[in-house]
Amino acid sequence: MTFSRPSRGVLTLVAAALASLLLIVTTAVAFAQEGDEGEAFFGTLRFEGDPVAGARIAVVDAAGDAIGEATTDDDGRWRIVLPGPGTYRATIDTDSLPLGVGLRDPERRSLEATVRAGQPRPLVFALGEPVAAGPGLGEKLAQAVLNGVKLGLIIAMCAIGLSLIFGTTRVINFAHSELVTFGAIVAWYLHADTIALPLIAAGVLAIGIAGIAGGGLEIGVLRPLRRRRLGLVQFMVVTIGLSLLIRHILLMFFGPDRDRYTDFALQAEWSFGPFAVTPRDFTVMVLSAAVLVAVALFLQRARIGKAMRAVSDNPSLAESCGIDVDRIVLIVWIAGAALAAAGGIFFGTVESVDWLMGARLLLLMFAAVVLGGLGTAYGAMAGGLLIGLVTEVSTIWVGAEIKTVFALAVLVLALLLRPQGLLGRRERVG
Amino acid sequence: MEFDVILGNAGRAGLGPQAAIFALLVIGLNLHFGYTGLLNFGQVAFMLVAAYGTAITVATWGGSLWLGIPFGLGLCVVLALVLGLPTLRLRKEYFAITTLAAAEILRLLVRSSPATEITGGPFGLQAIAGSFYALNPIAEGRYGIGTFSYTANQLWVMIVAWVLVALAAALVFLLIRSPWGRVIRAIREDEDAAASLGKNVVGYKLQALAIGGVIGGLAGVVNALQQSGVGSESFGSQVTFMAYVVLIMGGVATTAGPIVAAVLFWFLREGVDSFLRQLSEEAWLPDLLADFLYDAGGAVSIALAGIALILLLKSRPEGIFGKRREGAADA
Repeated sequence: MTFSRPSRGVLTLVAAALASLLLIVTTAVAFAQEGDEGEAFFGTLRFEGDPVAGARIAVVDAAGDAIGEATTDDDGRWRIVLPGPGTYRATIDTDSLPLGVGLRDPERRSLEATVRAGQPRPLVFALGEPVAAGPGLGEKLAQAVLNGVKLGLIIAMCAIGLSLIFGTTRVINFAHSELVTFGAIVAWYLHADTIALPLIAAGVLAIGIAGIAGGGLEIGVLRPLRRRRLGLVQFMVVTIGLSLLIRHILLMFFGPDRDRYTDFALQAEWSFGPFAVTPRDFTVMVLSAAVLVAVALFLQRARIGKAMRAVSDNPSLAESCGIDVDRIVLIVWIAGAALAAAGGIFFGTVESVDWLMGARLLLLMFAAVVLGGLGTAYGAMAGGLLIGLVTEVSTIWVGAEIKTVFALAVLVLALLLRPQGLLGRRERVG
Repeated sequence: MEFDVILGNAGRAGLGPQAAIFALLVIGLNLHFGYTGLLNFGQVAFMLVAAYGTAITVATWGGSLWLGIPFGLGLCVVLALVLGLPTLRLRKEYFAITTLAAAEILRLLVRSSPATEITGGPFGLQAIAGSFYALNPIAEGRYGIGTFSYTANQLWVMIVAWVLVALAAALVFLLIRSPWGRVIRAIREDEDAAASLGKNVVGYKLQALAIGGVIGGLAGVVNALQQSGVGSESFGSQVTFMAYVVLIMGGVATTAGPIVAAVLFWFLREGVDSFLRQLSEEAWLPDLLADFLYDAGGAVSIALAGIALILLLKSRPEGIFGKRREGAADA
């Protein structure tokens, strides 16, 4: 019948809890007593509950002139009287701390605070185990791989349309990045602006609108130009013009700042072993993977999907087999734009929305498409994943600012070794 | 609305150093794309390499500007070889995207923090063109009427830049009419035919890439002289896109096209900008629209440029000067 008697451990716990409660009360009383003696900085240094004595703290004023110094007493208390109200900076001398005791955040060894007339101000130097050099390589690698897959899935989704448009019409669509931004911004207006739809509904609607916009571009701009037998480079320049036009129209309305979707903004991370992911990012990854699988199945099984691949392979042959090439191209544009918009919305969900988000992704999309083999949808998927992984994994060794360089360098290397791309058909050139 | 101010601003931009820089860039690009058929989407990289080569020689290594300029242009030749040797054998679209990627890699590298000691990183390099302006023979002061006026230093840069434009245009004109030029045009029309006549296709392409690259590099040098410094933000890939816009506008494979189109491009761009700025101050305009124009005027003018470009290509795909036959030769 031992369970009726509280064990020794529990008793100790209760006692410790009581003791710390007492401590809090006494500290509070001490603060209250010190509360009315003019301008000062004060505080108590503790390390794992025990007071730290003999630590030196110095205060300078805004001009950098020394005001005073204090050493903590046996109870860990310190206090420096200030000449008057104003802003001062207190710095703790970390060398004066006992061995094994450090600041929890080394950045916070110097604190700046403003003191009002007659009000002493408490300052907290948080002591603790000095944080180790950060997570180990394995953990960082796991996280980078996860981020890479996330980015790669999004790039792949955006790049499919780019690749299919190239495959069916031989046009490199520089405006594809703007379809990405367009989707994200339309969803933002439907979601975070006045209309305030939930993000999921806004996203679905925005994807639809982007699909219509993509179809509109094909019918209104590109098809008439194709009828006039415009050269391919002229086509490229037209898409550059379209890209500038759409990008700056978006800038006019959205403005130069970045914004976030309000749904799913703050979430606690789930952790699976070395991987830590927010439910939001996890959902985005699952959804984008599902979309990619669906696209692959569609291209493989559906009649229209097969026709798309046929046109991509050889437009004249496809046309002579009775495939309506114009209709297929239109569907490619609609689907490509919708996928790009979906990618943009996902990217906006995990990162943020701004008018240049697509432009930043464009080179990575190109890299994905070329890496996978121009004109093949599966190549774009494989290339996107690879580019995403390389980009993120490189951040372990190099600064995030040049991670894109690595993705592009991989592209150049891959082209030299396998000019037709990962999944492209070998073709005689040069 | 003061139309003289708008015209003055537009005219200043159209004849100013920026237009000359673009003309140089496009003359080089024309040799690549117009005459050789190389789809170079990284033309701005040559500009960057030459500008940074010059600026680093002066600002980082303390060398002379007159050593820096040939060094920067030499780097353009090196870039052409590094870029061309492996990629010129690829399909044309791949060449386009590789050059685009290379230009972006270079831009990101020079602005990255590890490179700060040499390139100034995100801050760039300043005060490099002192010995260039010391040679300025023009007396201090402003020359011109109203807003159509330049300082002595601006005039000096302009004179040098336009002389360079004329020299580059003449060089390309003569090259194209030489036996060498006939070979590169033959390569543009039919690579296999040129190869079967015993011409080293890759070698000729490399030479064209290097010569056009050095001309583009001159644009970078003038840019560095004009700003008396370099900053990575002047070398984004949109510069190459704009160069293509100007090239197509003027007409591919023409001598005068790049120059006239560069002048026209900057004239229109600054004119529309200036017009919109003035429009936003008009009293009869509703406040909402005026604020919008004031905030987003720059964006509106670039959007209008996009529309103009699309309309131009719809009505006259061969550009202002282009001949149907040459313009239609695409990649």
